[in-house]
Amino acid sequence: MKYLTEFRNGEIARAMAREIHSVATRPWKIMEVCGGQTHSIIRNGIDQMLPVGIEMIHGPGCPVCVTPLELIDKALAIAAQPGVIFCSFGDMLRVPGTEQDLFQVKGAGGDVRVVYSPLDAVELAANNPDREVVFFGVGFETTAPANAMSVHLAKRRGLKNFSVLVSHVLVPPAIEAILQSPGNQVQGFLLAGHVCSVMGYWEYPPIAEKYGIPLVVTGFEPLDLLDGIRRAVIQLEAGRHEVENAYSRVVTFEGNRAAQKLLSEVFEVSDRAWRGIGVIPKSGWKLSEAYRAFDAEERFEISGIHTEESALCRAGDVLRGAIKPAECAAFGKECTPRHPLGATMVSSEGACAAYFNYGRYLSAEDLASAGSALTGAAHE
Amino acid sequence: MVLLPEYKVVAMCLAIPGKVEEISFNGLIRVGRVNFGGVVKNVCLDYVPEVEVGDYTIVHVGFAISKIDEETAKQTLEDFRTLGLLDEELASEEEAFARAAKAPQSRCPDGSCESK
Repeated sequence: MKYLTEFRNGEIARAMAREIHSVATRPWKIMEVCGGQTHSIIRNGIDQMLPVGIEMIHGPGCPVCVTPLELIDKALAIAAQPGVIFCSFGDMLRVPGTEQDLFQVKGAGGDVRVVYSPLDAVELAANNPDREVVFFGVGFETTAPANAMSVHLAKRRGLKNFSVLVSHVLVPPAIEAILQSPGNQVQGFLLAGHVCSVMGYWEYPPIAEKYGIPLVVTGFEPLDLLDGIRRAVIQLEAGRHEVENAYSRVVTFEGNRAAQKLLSEVFEVSDRAWRGIGVIPKSGWKLSEAYRAFDAEERFEISGIHTEESALCRAGDVLRGAIKPAECAAFGKECTPRHPLGATMVSSEGACAAYFNYGRYLSAEDLASAGSALTGAAHE
Repeated sequence: MVLLPEYKVVAMCLAIPGKVEEISFNGLIRVGRVNFGGVVKNVCLDYVPEVEVGDYTIVHVGFAISKIDEETAKQTLEDFRTLGLLDEELASEEEAFARAAKAPQSRCPDGSCESK
């Protein structure tokens, strides 16, 4: 395990942290959207290099953990059917549905396979014409081009035995949902670098304008994150609210046009449920009319599966920064990484799981800031 | 600085840089042989028509999504290697499955979830 200070450019990191300290005159709450960024922040101790008042709120950005319980249950039902080869990224195997997970389905005789790329699933379909090959297409905008291409290629190759269980979620509607929620505490956002490498950041200036908040496109490495936080704090202190690109070596304003073109052909915007949070309007993609034949939800008899999310779960409150994970009554009791209720506990990238696993909720400092968040939040 | 336990991040939002060593057309898509610090994989290049042999590109689940410069690529690879992320991202299906099998649900790193 390496710490940021031992890293390449540890001195630059310290200089950036010093600048944040010298610029910050007031407390600010900044959300990093991407789960990968959350873990980079925590594992590198970046949050602890910040001035006391600068608080990082961990966003919803883990595609695995926001996949709604109902869809996991549908995946389990499909994977258990004879004749099906169910393909998934490795991350999804241990995500619990109501009763079990994909790994247990495999143990009970289901043909569940881990693929590196959705193209591997297309190959499996071509090589196994007598089997139904289903790919579990979860992910944010980063992963969507890969999943879109798999469906596109399956169509061009005339593969009748390939389908996708789609659970694509989108970042901009999630940000707007957080900003519109009552008691929202988030004052600025770090935008997910790789989402923006695909989508660009042309979708964000209207959001910055409408809500008066800074949005900074940020990478994943420790220095990237410090730079993103630094730029957000400078904007907040100056009363500016702009979209800024702190990851320009990878991200352009337009994004990847070729990918966006295929995405708009294969997918169309739809309402999506987020685990523990509920339905966010227009926050996801489903297959467009032209590709509907490849929708696993249409192909398999699973329309009868309806799963309610837990009523105890306050993942939505955690996400908008209204409460800290430890303030949820279910935290560490009904809800643990092994028996998670909401998105924020399901994956190791979720805010609640990160707090649980790193024992952060035990520290005096955290309890203190939890207390201040409590008094600062308008509770329903 | 608080001591953090050894921990592997879930790699689904990660994209890693590699060098394009060969390009071919398989009849449907442009396929690159891309070298990630020693491990070579087939990668779809359809989304980066500007990328040529010798270029560096960022790859996510088998798809190149963005061209980057060599220095950036090398620094990122070095950091990912230091963090232990490279092996995880580039694991074969068998390795990935074995890892998922061993992982506790939700990947609690040290089993501490059980005792708390």
